[in-house]
Amino acid sequence: MFGELLSILTFQAGYNTSVVLTGVIALGIGGGVIGVFSFLRKRALISDAISHATLPGIALAFLIGISFGGTGRNLALLMAGAALTGALGVLCVQWIRDHTRLPEDTAIGTVLSVFFGLGIVLLSHIQTLQAAGQAGLNSFLLGSTAALTAGEAELIGGASLATVLLALLLMKEFGAVAFDEGFAAAQGWRVARFDLAMLGLLLAIVAIGLKTVGLVLIIALVIIPPAAARFWTERLGRMVLLSGLFGGLAGWIGGSMSALLPDMPAGAVIVLAAAGIFTLSFLFAPSRGVLAWCARRIQLQFRTASMRGLLAMADGYLPPDRLSLRLARWRGYMDADAALTEKGQAAALDMSRQQRLWHTYRSRHPDAALAFNPLSGYRIEDVLSADMVASLDRETP
Amino acid sequence: MNPPRLIPFETKHPRRDAASAPLSVRGLTVAYDNKPAIWDLDFDAPDQGLIAVIGPNGAGKSTMIKAILGLVPALAGDVLIFGQKLRRARQRIAYVPQRTSVDWDFPASAEDVVAMGLYGEIGWCRPVRKRHREAARAYLDRVGMADFAARQIGQLSGGQQQRVFLARALAQKAELYLMDEPFAGVDAATEHAIVDVMRDVRRDGATVICVHHDLQTVADYFDHALILNVRSVAAGPIHDVLTEDFLQSAYGGRLAATEIRAIAGIG
Repeated sequence: MFGELLSILTFQAGYNTSVVLTGVIALGIGGGVIGVFSFLRKRALISDAISHATLPGIALAFLIGISFGGTGRNLALLMAGAALTGALGVLCVQWIRDHTRLPEDTAIGTVLSVFFGLGIVLLSHIQTLQAAGQAGLNSFLLGSTAALTAGEAELIGGASLATVLLALLLMKEFGAVAFDEGFAAAQGWRVARFDLAMLGLLLAIVAIGLKTVGLVLIIALVIIPPAAARFWTERLGRMVLLSGLFGGLAGWIGGSMSALLPDMPAGAVIVLAAAGIFTLSFLFAPSRGVLAWCARRIQLQFRTASMRGLLAMADGYLPPDRLSLRLARWRGYMDADAALTEKGQAAALDMSRQQRLWHTYRSRHPDAALAFNPLSGYRIEDVLSADMVASLDRETP
Repeated sequence: MNPPRLIPFETKHPRRDAASAPLSVRGLTVAYDNKPAIWDLDFDAPDQGLIAVIGPNGAGKSTMIKAILGLVPALAGDVLIFGQKLRRARQRIAYVPQRTSVDWDFPASAEDVVAMGLYGEIGWCRPVRKRHREAARAYLDRVGMADFAARQIGQLSGGQQQRVFLARALAQKAELYLMDEPFAGVDAATEHAIVDVMRDVRRDGATVICVHHDLQTVADYFDHALILNVRSVAAGPIHDVLTEDFLQSAYGGRLAATEIRAIAGIG
């Protein structure tokens, strides 16, 4: 089984599987890239309204397909139907938000459930028809790669890459609107149009990905990769790159797993792969990650305790709390009889001199001192010029 | 006896030098729901003026700036910028929004934000190139922020963030600067940097209109003022405007009589 998975992952499991996998990877990249902009615009949840609003469109497109004598399973037709009612759903959310006092989350919840309810009604009607291919419609709920033909996968991959290119072209504009809407509007930009363009791209990626990932879970494809990417970088360009990478990775892993286990819904596997990436990012990212944050917190606690301990000892007191007492013993600043050692005396004197110099600096140059965090642990000689330190020394009692 | 003949309304407040005035506002009225925020405001900004907009909380100062820029819809009135409609004069204006109006956790460096001021010049769908980044750094240098170009904007202090906004406005190379409370909550170094930049751009021929909340410094930093309290209370050279009567009429009980006299005494 492991060998089989490896051959799928390395695109050696036959033409069809490889094409499908490529399509799913492209879809993941697309979701990751476009998701960054809805994430930064703080409208990530609207993709959930879009995806649920596509269901009546899919059902209607199926009905239209069979009424013209086809099987109703033409993917392009179903995508078009999905996009149509998806767009209608977005417009409803926008309209409710702009013309009532209801907040956007309420509008999203209302539109999402109403459209989904309508879709389910239509879907159960289709089930009574005994039409050919109706079973395939269920894959739109939870997604499947097993039913995907090579031609469909090419359509999915090509359309995903097209939306990625459009999003990259408008990256600078989307970023400016998300950061400072007022500034963009003051320059004469039609902010509403950029929002519509962004929602259009979001809609496109949802419609493209529906059959593979399923409408229930596709929201994860546009939210989790950008959320994971945000942990690693402070620059928009890199965030877009990483988010696309993470989405593609999730598509690669999830797509391979579902090729190996055809009964497993592809959407669920892809989402779990994305969740794995998210968890790793959330834990291990260097500056925004949780472990890094904990490490900083502990380091700060130790530094504070050490400073407070030394300052107390300089005045002839015992270190004030348990941590500072222990630190003083570990470092050999005091002996078992609570007497200051020679080393401790030197360290305490030095710390108290540092503190007095910083204090003088802050009172003489309050603005420049803003640049230095008092808890950063810098020695004053290391960050200020020798002349400045000498003059502070003269002015310090 | 004949009833009096009505004469055209425009003659009530004739525009002086409408063709060249950086900003000329007539009858501007803005309301949120049905409560007026600005009522029938007439105002002409003098060329190359440093103009403070002062008034109590809720006087409509920020609303005025936003209405001039078309960010909030006006119920009535018209605005001319250098004698032109706003649509044709956008490139000649730079806007410094309130610092609290944006998301400072956005993934961007100080340099990225300043480069936004160059987007008009760069054009749609074109990338920010090396020369734009260099230009952005030069503008950061002008506000004393060159060392912070690569810093994520959320890691800057409030005053430093304000200076980044100022550098972005400079990058727009505008002739009319509209600033919304740039002095709010900033350190002394930033305050000096803002004043220096205002004087610099004025020397280069620009006009600055700035919402200001600190009556103690208004006479030091500005040469003209508009006192606003939904309606225009007074407008003109700073010493004609900062009088006990006008301040009393705008602020009423919100300023102690002694404070008003002290400010008017400065003015």
